Amino acid sequence: MRPFKYVRASDASAAARAVAANPRAKFLAGGTNILDLMKEDVERPDELVDVSRLKLAEIKAAGGGVSIGALAKNTDTANHPLIRRNYPLLTQAIVAGASGQLRNMATNGGNLMQRTRCQYFYDTAMPCNKREPGTGCGALEGLNRIHAIFGWSEKCVATYPGDMANALYALDAVVRVRNASGRERTIPVVDFHRLPGDTPERDNNLQHGELITAIELPKSNFAKNSYYLKVRDRASYAFALVAVAAAVELEGGRIRQARVVLGGVAHKPWRSLEAESALVGKAASEEIFGRAAEAALREAKPLAHNAYKVELGKRAVVRALMRAARMA
Amino acid sequence: MNDDDFDDTPATELTADEEALLKEMPTLTDIGQARRTFMGQTIAGGLGAFALMLLEKESALAALKVSPDAVFAPAPALENPVRVVLKVNGAARTLVVDSRMVLLDALRERLELTGTKKGCDQGQCGACTVLVDGRRVLSCLTLAAQVEGREVTTVEGLAKGDELHPLQAAFIKYDGFQCGYCTPGQICSAVGLLEEARRGEVSHVTADVTAGSTRLSDDEIRERMSGNICRCGAYPKIVAAIQEVHSGKESARTWRFVEGEELARIRKEGASDETV
Amino acid sequence: MPRYIGKEMSRVDGVAKVTGRAKYAAEFQVPNLAYGFIVLGTVARGTIKSIDTREAERAAGVVRVFTHLNAPKLGPKASTEYAPPRNTREQDKSFRALQSDRIYFNAQPVALVVAETYEQARYAARLVKVAYNAEKHETDTEAVRASARVPTQGQPPKTRGNPQEAMRSAPVKVEAEYRIPIEHHNPMEPHAAIAAWEGDRLTIFDKTQDVYGVRGHLATSFGVPEANVQVVSPYVGGAFGASLRPNYYPALTAMAARELKRPVKLVYTRTQMFTGHGYRPYTIQKIALGAEASGKLTSMIHTAVHNSSTIEEFNDNTTGFTRQVYACPNLYAPTMIVATDLPTPTWMRAPGAVSGMFALECAMDELAYALKIDPLELRLINYAEVDPESGRPFSSKALRECYRLGAEKFGWKGRKMEPRSMRDGRLLVGWGTATGIWGAFQRPASAKITFRLDGTAHVTSATSDIGPGTYTVMTMIAAEYLGNRPEQVKFELGDTNFPRAPSQGGSQTTSSVGSAVHGAALAITAKLLALANQDASSPLKGAAASDVEMLDGRLRLKSDTSKSVSIAEVMRRNNLAEVTETFESRPLPERQKYATMAHGAQFVEVKVDPDLGQVRVTRAIEVSACGKIINPKASHSQEIGGVVWGIGMALQEATEIDHRYGRIMNPNLQHYHVPVNADVHEVETMFVEEEDTIVNPLGVKGMGELGMVGIPAAIANAVFHATGRRVRDLPITPDKLL
Repeated sequence: MRPFKYVRASDASAAARAVAANPRAKFLAGGTNILDLMKEDVERPDELVDVSRLKLAEIKAAGGGVSIGALAKNTDTANHPLIRRNYPLLTQAIVAGASGQLRNMATNGGNLMQRTRCQYFYDTAMPCNKREPGTGCGALEGLNRIHAIFGWSEKCVATYPGDMANALYALDAVVRVRNASGRERTIPVVDFHRLPGDTPERDNNLQHGELITAIELPKSNFAKNSYYLKVRDRASYAFALVAVAAAVELEGGRIRQARVVLGGVAHKPWRSLEAESALVGKAASEEIFGRAAEAALREAKPLAHNAYKVELGKRAVVRALMRAARMA
Repeated sequence: MNDDDFDDTPATELTADEEALLKEMPTLTDIGQARRTFMGQTIAGGLGAFALMLLEKESALAALKVSPDAVFAPAPALENPVRVVLKVNGAARTLVVDSRMVLLDALRERLELTGTKKGCDQGQCGACTVLVDGRRVLSCLTLAAQVEGREVTTVEGLAKGDELHPLQAAFIKYDGFQCGYCTPGQICSAVGLLEEARRGEVSHVTADVTAGSTRLSDDEIRERMSGNICRCGAYPKIVAAIQEVHSGKESARTWRFVEGEELARIRKEGASDETV
Repeated sequence: MPRYIGKEMSRVDGVAKVTGRAKYAAEFQVPNLAYGFIVLGTVARGTIKSIDTREAERAAGVVRVFTHLNAPKLGPKASTEYAPPRNTREQDKSFRALQSDRIYFNAQPVALVVAETYEQARYAARLVKVAYNAEKHETDTEAVRASARVPTQGQPPKTRGNPQEAMRSAPVKVEAEYRIPIEHHNPMEPHAAIAAWEGDRLTIFDKTQDVYGVRGHLATSFGVPEANVQVVSPYVGGAFGASLRPNYYPALTAMAARELKRPVKLVYTRTQMFTGHGYRPYTIQKIALGAEASGKLTSMIHTAVHNSSTIEEFNDNTTGFTRQVYACPNLYAPTMIVATDLPTPTWMRAPGAVSGMFALECAMDELAYALKIDPLELRLINYAEVDPESGRPFSSKALRECYRLGAEKFGWKGRKMEPRSMRDGRLLVGWGTATGIWGAFQRPASAKITFRLDGTAHVTSATSDIGPGTYTVMTMIAAEYLGNRPEQVKFELGDTNFPRAPSQGGSQTTSSVGSAVHGAALAITAKLLALANQDASSPLKGAAASDVEMLDGRLRLKSDTSKSVSIAEVMRRNNLAEVTETFESRPLPERQKYATMAHGAQFVEVKVDPDLGQVRVTRAIEVSACGKIINPKASHSQEIGGVVWGIGMALQEATEIDHRYGRIMNPNLQHYHVPVNADVHEVETMFVEEEDTIVNPLGVKGMGELGMVGIPAAIANAVFHATGRRVRDLPITPDKLL
């Protein structure tokens, strides 16, 4: 860990200003990812602006939906009565991730910001365009069992590792951010993360110094019929091989609208509009879910060691939809 | 979201509606930490003194004189010093730390509280679990600077004098450890877990997260303790220990000797019939 | 009737461990401490071309940067330690850090930064710049399999009968290949040492399973007499074999402390552990089994090939127990090794045995299906009544009882032979079984007892307690035979100031050290009897030492307990505040006439999600016949641990190497998966005690390894039964079951 200046921010604007003023400054919230990466010398800030005490932890009803403070802890978010009652998919996704301790520390904003768990990204002796642009992608022709099957580029095949965001994509969340001059803007969560393309070093579309202040969820009709499925190498405390956030709105057995988001398969949560359109207007059945699953994985381009994710992804989509529709 | 005042109370605030919703959720029933169950486990002096013998070895070294030609760094000044005032196990402490120092190293290297363990230093094992303001967190991924004004409880702060915390006693009773290295983290994690359960918090194995429960099944305990790796594999006994403190339910013994008549019968059957 | 032996006892070190007072190696408070941090190399083979330490040396707080250019040379390697578990003298060619510019493996230590604080050392380590002359490397065992050869150390493999001919004429045969990846021990406590010199005397706190081994290693490294080195290791936070050998860091720590003339602490990071202490080798096994239609084995050909390093020939003896587990007249079972540009492997829980038995017990299951014979019955058909290798009788063997009891308890009768024939709702259910086997080893060990006038005793032996409960078991044995209460016994270990004991490995501590404590207690008894009988009126006149016993402060005749004397009175009369005896126990010569083994039967139920490939081990039963159980509470914990390790090996664990770089790519606990709490469900243990006074007077065989040996095979067999899919390459992750 390189020497860094520690600054405790007194308000959100001051925090944004402090980071904006120093290209090598970063925000510190829960610390669960950035401190680990700093110990590994992957993240190298020379200044940390601690935002963890800013009053941005409120979770409240807003405009028919809910506004979740960026600095609310994952645990508090998952267990908030509004979330449990109206957005159980989000609760399930959050508690599928990490461990009790980590969820007590991690914030919602930080969770969106978490970086890939690609082994080559973590090892500074290895090539990695995300960590060190221009050095190449170690995983492309290396060990890539846990890597992307969608949206990857020759520059990077890493995946976004989180669970919470998969649910946020399904719930049409909007990310509210504030910049150094105090101006706020909103970013639909589907546009928050980026695909690697030629600039894998950029995980998302935030500008340097922009601080996430809240995540807003519109009113949802999915509370009754949603399910978060996570397939991993052990029963708990492991990143997803494949995850699926599935939600359907049922009307007399017919699907009015649907959401299918896959996790662990791309550089960002992978929402499948193809799967969703295969579902809408149809009667819920295992067969139609299977067709949606086929549609969801049709464009998958597996690497040498992760072809299994295509078949696993299909089966996971079917299972998640079956559970969401309460048919399994 | 325009109120950016400094917030020292991390708990979220609830509106009246939310309060009402919360009230509908299951609340604490008759769960009490059955301290009484473990009275018989309070350990006699002879065994309690066990830990002390090591101090002799340590004190011999504490008297070690600095060698006249010992090599020190030219200017061992601290970079980016941060002054931190906090409470550790009830006592106020003030530290000036390198901004890079994590709480785990502050406890172990500065406060001589080595009960909190470093297992991976990366948030991947749970050995360093402590309670900050009553909630279980990982001290390896918490900067010392971040706990300014907070109350930290480590494994050293759980017993009341000679009386063990019920979880400590239960871990001994059920043999919930072998090498003992993950144990402080397991116990602190369990303390936090029981509070979370009391608040009705849900987990990955909760069947219906909209309902939830304050009752923990063994599967709930397994899932909620999965952030604490025990390489010796004491998991079933850890679950039994926590379950007893949680519910007062004693877990059945899962081993036995095969003796006498049973063994004789098996041997007889074996002699007369070679099939199973 | 024993008062303590065979009864449940909570750990005597329990309070120390649950309150955080138990001190592990890195936790001793030493003044003027400097912190070391290791710099790891980045190529797998070659030499260091140049190394630039200037920037690191300039960094705040840095005391010195050691490299091969300025590190003092360590003395000749002359370890004469016995290497567990097979009693061979270790030829110490082990890797030592910073001794040359040569690179033997990727992530080899190339520098040590010492600074005033841990944070400073860790940062400065990043500033050391190293350039290499990289050479072509090979880290893939598969690629060099053709170069496999029998290790030069040890005996060449013997052929029994005519296995090739018998195989050709066997009416039923199966043949298959099995693979086990590299696995790492990953004890929760990282390896650590604190070294402090006073002149040419060294005190070192070290995480080790063998304080005497480390002492010998350091004495020769620094050219000081062994008596000048004190190694202290009272608590070990798990080791599983990773601390049997000295590893490179104690000498590195002591070297830095000596050069800087102040105490130095060095702790491996989790990542450094992956190249810092050895591992279970990558193992390819080819097995052919031939049998008659009745199921009788006629031929076994079992060839194992595993990797070693270019520095040393590590021999895991993968096929060792294949020779002793089933009766079969024709057999060939060599273990061969190949050199790779990786660190040297080492013993890891149930070394060799669990690897070899994984392959053999899966092959037996395959044979059972080829024969259409129940897998358990097949094992009974081939039951070895005498040791197939030597023809000697077993000193005791209750394996048949284990099979039957386990089957009964598990409900094996209800098993449908056909794969995919049992279900629980959507889940596929599978039942599998396998045999566990391990040697009942014993090595020379010493213990010292000081028995005091007040009835208390101080007992010492330089063994270790890495978790099995040695503190407690030795306390129980001492109290049993000194006739006092466990609270009156203080047992200490892990210090070279105590009498010599072997390393804690190979499940032989209770048999070795327990026998020494037992012997020392009997020596105290004999001494007290002699003192008592100096009194002309002693009621014990004429009694031999073996006729008397100590109990509740009295020395009494076993055959007539009314004849007794007060021990305190005897001691007072002789003006003794205490009596002290040291005893060295050795294996009994009778053992030579027997085969001494521990056995077990292991039964496992898995439930497999047929769509998602996730396997849960829902039930496991261990039935163990391993002599006398001293403390069933801790022994049960050992058995549970064996199951958890078996789950890890079968379903999760694999160290992954990118062979292009020859570098381990998952050296951490997020990518190297070990079982978590939610992976483990019901585990039951039954102990079938054997009366066996040939193995040693206590009748103990040891069981720390035994409980793991059959589990991976039992799980793989259960997965086959559940799914119809025979996965022969571990671990069985979800992707292999789709």
